[in-house]
Amino acid sequence: MNDVKARAYRARETILAIGATEHGTHVGGSLSAVDILTVLYSDILRVRPDQPDWPDRDWFVLSKGHASAALYAVLSEHGYFPPEECEAYGRHGGRLAGHPLRRLPGVEFPTGSLGHGLSLAAGVALGARRTGRPCRAFVLLGDGELQEGSNWEAIMSAPRFGLDNLVAVVDRNGWQITGRTEDCVPLEPLAQRWRSFGWECVEVDGHDLGALRQAFATVPRSEGRPTVVIARTTKGRGVPIFEDRRKSHYVKLTARLYERAIAGLRRSRP
Amino acid sequence: MTWAERYAGSTREVYRRTLLELACADSRIYCVDSDMGGFEDDFGEQLPRQYANVGIAEANMIGMSAGLAAAGLIPFANTMSAFATARAAEQLRLDVAGNDLPVRIVASHGGLSAGHYGPSHHSLADLAVLRTMPHLTVLVPADTVETEYAIRAAAVAPGPVFVRLGRSETPLVYQKPYEFTVGKAVELAAGNAVTIIATGPLPVNMSLTASALLEPEGIAARVLNMHTIQPIDHAAVVRAARQTAGIVTVEDHVVSGGLGAAVCEIVCAEHPCRVTRMGSATAYVDEVGSERELLVAAGVSPERIAAAAAELANPRWRRETA
Repeated sequence: MNDVKARAYRARETILAIGATEHGTHVGGSLSAVDILTVLYSDILRVRPDQPDWPDRDWFVLSKGHASAALYAVLSEHGYFPPEECEAYGRHGGRLAGHPLRRLPGVEFPTGSLGHGLSLAAGVALGARRTGRPCRAFVLLGDGELQEGSNWEAIMSAPRFGLDNLVAVVDRNGWQITGRTEDCVPLEPLAQRWRSFGWECVEVDGHDLGALRQAFATVPRSEGRPTVVIARTTKGRGVPIFEDRRKSHYVKLTARLYERAIAGLRRSRP
Repeated sequence: MTWAERYAGSTREVYRRTLLELACADSRIYCVDSDMGGFEDDFGEQLPRQYANVGIAEANMIGMSAGLAAAGLIPFANTMSAFATARAAEQLRLDVAGNDLPVRIVASHGGLSAGHYGPSHHSLADLAVLRTMPHLTVLVPADTVETEYAIRAAAVAPGPVFVRLGRSETPLVYQKPYEFTVGKAVELAAGNAVTIIATGPLPVNMSLTASALLEPEGIAARVLNMHTIQPIDHAAVVRAARQTAGIVTVEDHVVSGGLGAAVCEIVCAEHPCRVTRMGSATAYVDEVGSERELLVAAGVSPERIAAAAAELANPRWRRETA
């Protein structure tokens, strides 16, 4: 567990480093998602980083593609590509865009336009069923992203196909660009909504690594039903100047801001 | 069974029959339905493990199809062309075409073939949208025979394919088997005076009638069936530009962005010649009628095609100065 904690910490450092590159990045939503990603890649996903297209692998789709910094931090931490490559974020000729590109090992689908990932993952889960492979499909959704209607087409249809190898995770940090999700277009009662569509629903503290692992490890909770894990998170988690701040959505960290952010992060060093 | 009996009916019916045959032989073929009607009783009953009806939800259907293809299946996604190319356009662009995944979208109700339904079901700008999609092969069969060939070709194509079908029964263009090659136009009538390039059932039929009208006038019109809009038969267009006096393009589509535009783009760069584009002047036809009636109202008819071709073959200025 300490190892996983250390990985999550290092991933946060990488996110801040990416935020300090030329273009900046979606810092707040990456910091809220990074514990989920760390647990998935450390303990849950059956993957082979040295063989990203292993046919029996579990699939991970980052539907909230703007949290690419968190994905890059975790993928490089797990050996999909060298961690130094994160310095080339946003640089012409590189492989690390603001939203993930498929040319990067570990990226199954390029994402960025919200509302695509759940359908893609449902298709993969159904395809695995039909080809007889043991693959599971995990998809990380933003909470604001659930305002996209296409999600609800997928939420409505996935239980119909008995996809208990499909796991949706909602990074419920409560914010979108203009403010609180509940002040924009309310999502609550979110768990009740998913359940009413036929999903198994688990609510969990999205920064409690043990609780996250427990939630993912007990999937499927009932045969024939897809699962959603609603992970209650804090936008900007781990960096006090960004925590639960609307303005942390997209940040270009100047040298001064980067120093402040790193100093704040170090106070929670494991 | 005679040829006519075998290929009787609409392109949609022949497509569904062909897909079922293919799917019986290859369990990777997967039919994804968006409540279109027509699959549930035959395909769905016979091959329930190769059939999923996702409901009236085109965006989810195209996204799921991309996932199915990534997982190793060969999905055929079914909807109407207007919905595939507008409502689900982003899934088509990003999830299917951008990823070069072997999804086949078979879209009925192309152009004005759902004429009486009104503009919500017309699909007059689909080819314009599809021509901007990377990696995507775009097929427009001219009749039921070509539909069967196109579907068989789509099943084995390495990348994504879009097949645009009509709605109701249209006359047969082909009376015997022929070699169908993706990206290669079919010369249905030989001639060196002028070229008529058409795509889709009624445009091809009308163009053949037009060439017959021109014959007694001593104008030998070449008629090309451009069944593949992307990648288009570049060489056939250049040959037409070089060897004949000009080109008339005929399509059940708005005159911008589709077949006519594709032909103009080629001849502008390779061998400038006169091109008369025939189709709908607008992508929004706010009228009721059959496909043929609406096309004629839009200015597309055998007589108008023949007149346009005659004008190119024998321009007025030449007649007047002769």
